[in-house]
Amino acid sequence: MGQLTLSGVTKSFGPVEVIKGVDLEVADGEFCVFVGPSGCGKSTLLRMIAGLEDVSGGTVTLDGREITNLPPARREIAMVFQSYALYPHLTVRDNMGLALKQAGHAKAEIRAATDRAATMLSLDALLDRRPAELSGGQRQRVAIGRAIVRRPKLFLFDEPLSNLDAALRVQTRIEIAKLHRDLGATMVYVTHDQVEAMTLADKIVVLRAGKVEQTGAPMQLYNDPANTFVAGFIGSPQMNFLDSGALGLSSHSAGIRPEQVRLTDGPSQIRGTVSHVERLGGETLVYVHTEGHGLLTARLFGEHDRAVGSDLGITFDPARLFHFDKAGQRLR
Amino acid sequence: MSQPRQSPARSIAAHAVLILWTLIALFPVFVTVVNSFKSKQAIFTQPLALPGPDSFDLVGYQTVARQGDFVAYFQNSLVVTCLSLFFVLLFGAMAAFALSEYRFRGNTLMGLYLALGIMIPIRLGTVAILQMMVATGLVNTLTALVLVYTAQGLPLAVFILSEFMRNVSDDLKNAGRIDGLSEYRIFFRLVLPLVRPAMATVAVFTMIPIWNDLWFPLILAPSESTKTITLGSQVFLGQFVSNWNAVLAALSLAILPVLVLYLIFSRQLIRGITAGAVK
Repeated sequence: MGQLTLSGVTKSFGPVEVIKGVDLEVADGEFCVFVGPSGCGKSTLLRMIAGLEDVSGGTVTLDGREITNLPPARREIAMVFQSYALYPHLTVRDNMGLALKQAGHAKAEIRAATDRAATMLSLDALLDRRPAELSGGQRQRVAIGRAIVRRPKLFLFDEPLSNLDAALRVQTRIEIAKLHRDLGATMVYVTHDQVEAMTLADKIVVLRAGKVEQTGAPMQLYNDPANTFVAGFIGSPQMNFLDSGALGLSSHSAGIRPEQVRLTDGPSQIRGTVSHVERLGGETLVYVHTEGHGLLTARLFGEHDRAVGSDLGITFDPARLFHFDKAGQRLR
Repeated sequence: MSQPRQSPARSIAAHAVLILWTLIALFPVFVTVVNSFKSKQAIFTQPLALPGPDSFDLVGYQTVARQGDFVAYFQNSLVVTCLSLFFVLLFGAMAAFALSEYRFRGNTLMGLYLALGIMIPIRLGTVAILQMMVATGLVNTLTALVLVYTAQGLPLAVFILSEFMRNVSDDLKNAGRIDGLSEYRIFFRLVLPLVRPAMATVAVFTMIPIWNDLWFPLILAPSESTKTITLGSQVFLGQFVSNWNAVLAALSLAILPVLVLYLIFSRQLIRGITAGAVK
C-alpha cells in the first residue's frame, strides 16, 4: 500500500502557472525525491500532494483512491516540515500522539504507538519535555516520530535537513534512509540539495520552472542525463560544458564530468591556466581557465600539487562526452 | 544578553532624558494622589506640598464614600471595560487570522477597510450612534457602551494582530491541519498562544481609553444606574463650585483598577513591543 499517482497536475496562482502539468508514478515502498533549484515548484507540488494547496487541474491518487479534493487529515499521509513545526505547548509525547487523539483512538493504543516510535528514534528519555527544551536535531527526530506514529500510507518530507548543521545533516540523512528500510513505507522528499537526493532516493524527479525535466534512479540521471539542466544539476562539482565547435564536434555543446578530466603537461585537446586549487585530502579540485571553454573543473583523487598560474593541458576520453543540441537536449 | 560598552557620558545623558520623561508623565498622577489626601485649603495654598500633620484630611474620600453610589460606578466601569476588551480581542484576533491566513478576493481591501477606523475618530459619528441606540432602545444601558467601545477598539486590534499573525509559522498551522485539527482549534490552541504578547499590547491600548472615556457614558448612558466612574466623578464638578477633594479622591481611586489590569498585561506588553525591535 502507498502507491501515489499524479496525472496532469497543474497549479496556478491567478494568471501565473507554477506547476505546468506533472505526471508521476511513485511505486509502493519507493523513496522518491523532488529536486530542483529554489522556485522550481517542488515544495508547492509536495503541498498539493499533502492537500495544503488546492490543485488547479489534474488528479492525485493514493492507492487507487482519488484524494485530489480531500482535506489533509483524511488523506492518510504524514508530513515532516523544514522548521519542525512542533506544537510549542505540548510535550514530546503529546506532540507525537495528537493526530491519533484527533482521530479518536484509545489512550492505551496511542501510548503504545508513541512508545514504539520513540524507541525507534531513541527519544524515550525526552518524552516529557517540551519542544523548547530540545536541540535542533532532537526536534527534527520528534517531527519524524510524529509522522511515524500515524502509520500513514505516504510520508512527505519538506526539506527536513535544511535547518540542521552539516554533521547533524549527514547523521539524520542516514537515519531517514534507515527508517525507510525499516518501515518499507512510500516517501516523497523535497530538497534543493542534490547530494541528499543522490544518497536517499530510489527515484529522483528533477524539476525546473514547474515542469519535470527527468525522472529516474540516481545513477541513471548521473550517467544518462536528458538535457544540460539535469546534467548540470546532478553531480558535484558540476559537469564541465565544452564548446563543441572549438573541438571540431558536430553537436552544439559537450559535457564532461570533472572526474573524467585529466591534466597533463604533454600533448592535449585543450590548453589552460590553473586559476584555483582546492585540496580536500581525499581529492583535489583543480579549476583551469581555458580559452574558448571558460572555467573547467578537474577532480583528481588523492593529493596533487599544481601551482596557480601554471600552464597545463587537459585531456579526456571522447567516448565519455555527453552531446547536447542548441536547445540543451541530449543527442544520443 | 550582553550589552556593548557605552561611554558613561552617553549613558548618563540617556538616563537623564528618561528620568525627565518619567517625571513629566508621573507629575499629574502625583499631584492628583497627593492632593486627594489634603484639606481644601491646603490644596489651594500649597498644591505641590506633601500632606503634613495639619494639612492631612480624608474629607475627599469621606465625601466620595457618602455621596453617590461609587461602588456601583466602579462596577459599571469594570463591566464595560472588561466586556469591551474581551470582544475586541476575540473579534479582532478572529478577523486578523482570516486576513493573514486565507487567500480570498479583496483580502487587502478588507484589511485596509478594517484599519480605516484608526484614522477616523468614532466621535464624529456620535449623533448617528445616538440615533441608532435610541431606535434600538439601548440608551442608558451598559450594552450601548460595550458595543461602541468594541467598534472603537477593533481597527487597531485587527491592524496589530494581523501583522503578528503573519509571522506565525505556516508550517505549524499546516502540521495542525495534517494532524486533523479544525481551523478553530488551530486558531485557539496554536496561533493565539503565540501572539499573546501582541494581544497584551492591544489590550492595554484598548483598555485605557475606554476606562478614561467621559464622552460616550455622558451621551449614551448618563442614568444613575449605568454611570461609569469618570462620569460619576463629574457630580463634584459644578459650574460655580467644585468639590476638589472629592474629585481628586474619586480620580485617585479610579487609577487603581486600571493599574492592576495594566500590571497583569505589562510583562506580555513589553515582550510585544520589543518583539520586532530586539531579536
